[in-house]
Amino acid sequence: MGPLILSRAAGLVVALVAASVLIFVVVNVLPGDPASVILGTAATPGALAQLRQQLGLDQPAWVRYLEWVGGMLHGDFGISPISRIPVGPEILQKLTVSAPLALGGTLVALVVAIPLGALAGIRHRRPSGVVISALSLGGMAVPAFWAGLLLISLFAVRLQLVPSGGFVPWSQDPLGSLTSLALPCLALGLVQGAVLTRYVRSAVIDVQRQDFMRTARAQGLSRWQALVRHGFRNAAIPVVTVLGIQLTSLIVGAVVIENVFDLPGLGLLLFQAVGNRDLVTVQDLVMLLTAAVLVVNLVVDLSYRLLDPRIRAR
Amino acid sequence: MSAPALEVRGLQVLVGETEAVRGVDFTLEQGARTGLIGESGSGKTLTALAVMDLLPDGLVARGEIWYRGRDLLRLSERERSRLRGDRLTMVFQEPLSALDPLMRVGDQVAEPLRLHRRLSRTEARARARELLERVQLPDPVERLRAYPHQLSGGQRQRVMIAMAVACSPDILIADEPTTALDVTVQAEILALLERLVREEGTTLLLITHDLAIVSQVCDQVLVMYGGRIVEAGPTAEVFSHPRHPYTLALLEAIPPIDQQLPNGRLTQIPGAVPGLGEFPSGCPFRTRCLRETSCCSTMPEMAGTSHPVACWHPLS
Repeated sequence: MGPLILSRAAGLVVALVAASVLIFVVVNVLPGDPASVILGTAATPGALAQLRQQLGLDQPAWVRYLEWVGGMLHGDFGISPISRIPVGPEILQKLTVSAPLALGGTLVALVVAIPLGALAGIRHRRPSGVVISALSLGGMAVPAFWAGLLLISLFAVRLQLVPSGGFVPWSQDPLGSLTSLALPCLALGLVQGAVLTRYVRSAVIDVQRQDFMRTARAQGLSRWQALVRHGFRNAAIPVVTVLGIQLTSLIVGAVVIENVFDLPGLGLLLFQAVGNRDLVTVQDLVMLLTAAVLVVNLVVDLSYRLLDPRIRAR
Repeated sequence: MSAPALEVRGLQVLVGETEAVRGVDFTLEQGARTGLIGESGSGKTLTALAVMDLLPDGLVARGEIWYRGRDLLRLSERERSRLRGDRLTMVFQEPLSALDPLMRVGDQVAEPLRLHRRLSRTEARARARELLERVQLPDPVERLRAYPHQLSGGQRQRVMIAMAVACSPDILIADEPTTALDVTVQAEILALLERLVREEGTTLLLITHDLAIVSQVCDQVLVMYGGRIVEAGPTAEVFSHPRHPYTLALLEAIPPIDQQLPNGRLTQIPGAVPGLGEFPSGCPFRTRCLRETSCCSTMPEMAGTSHPVACWHPLS
């Protein structure tokens, strides 16, 4: 497995370089010169040129690219030309909101999807299985933002259990931070969980049809024992694959959810940066999200090698 | 003679409203090796799965299956699980898909021992090693740690057999155990199976469509067609003097090795096996039979003592 990790890591580096070039090109090709955005319509050509020089926009593109990448490797993400504050610490600060949100959302999705999906799979011919299946289908059709609004109107407005939005910083009141993340995690996780439930269900149905499950029962295992000892592990392989893809869409979902709940996270930052033409921030954030997706894919790839000896051997 | 190992009375397997196995009676004598033959779709496998309580979802078994004074079809699911893998075991056709791809061979062989004998992990592992030696798997110690995909087809089937004999069962059902294997490996696996059941005095029910295998291994034979048993008796006698036209047709469809075919063509049974629920009323074989008369539209019952046959016009 050692050399395999090395070759995968090399692949990751290549992908990151390619992604950085693509992101840089796209961001810099976009119309809308940051200098003219900052100075507005009243800008004189002289002031414009001065600001461009200040921002380093007069340098050739490849120099700017190398400076950007080199800076990121040193942990220097540049300074936002709009807010005039360093982007790196800003992103780190927002991560304290977004990372728990993504993790919490995944956790909710798993807690919902694994038992319900397994149950729906085991009982797929019986009414209870069909009901779960129909519910998850309904859940899939619900957009995350709408789920968020429904949760707000129930838990925040009617029951007044949690705040309807905003975020209390961890340093101030950790419990308050958790409560302000509860609804967003639920909104994100339930929708993802509905999708995942479908996959868990079909993986469990599929595995029950396998010959080795009959063999397991022929050894004297009950249906349930056969599932626990042989079925679930085999069903996990397709589910892990889907989970990797879902984590990616979770990041997208987080952008929307942060807007709904007014959470000062990466999603909101990205949203605002795009609106403000804050190209430095946009560029950094997109690069970071890309890296996150690539790393998640690598972890998924390696983890089902651990699960499946047939792939491990290759 | 001691009590039979298994007595099946009026066994039916229902697929929805349709009968796939239509009232089957047979007896497995203690320690006997019985062949169950017939074309695909004749109900051989369903009969075996009904005995094992492994019918797929939605299929229902009716009738009586007597084992040691108890009717298996009246036992609870739990009691049947307790017998399965211990007293009654089964070897399946596809040795690759029949083993769990994610579990080491040693753990799979140890599973029935841990379940029925309550052996500890170490005891079960030691016993699994002995079993792999008994089924003549090369390098048993190493193979214990192997995954199924690392073994050849024949080796996998040896593992399946090791699992099936782990608890020294009373009855072993082998469903086409060699069909998926190379011819040379087939002979080895059959010889192994035969040696093991002989040594342990295990009662064997061998399901196959290969008549040569039956004449090699089995002392009794049951011929099945259209969900019915149509002929039964000692292998030598049934094969030398078949009484049912279907048995004769099966025998004639075997190409001879040592002589030219009379007219250069192999005899084949006219028509094809009808689909489920499409068998004619009365004798299921009558539409493909050369001896059909009007009385064949009434179902013939098995008649005779040592070599019974279900036919209105048996061959003499």
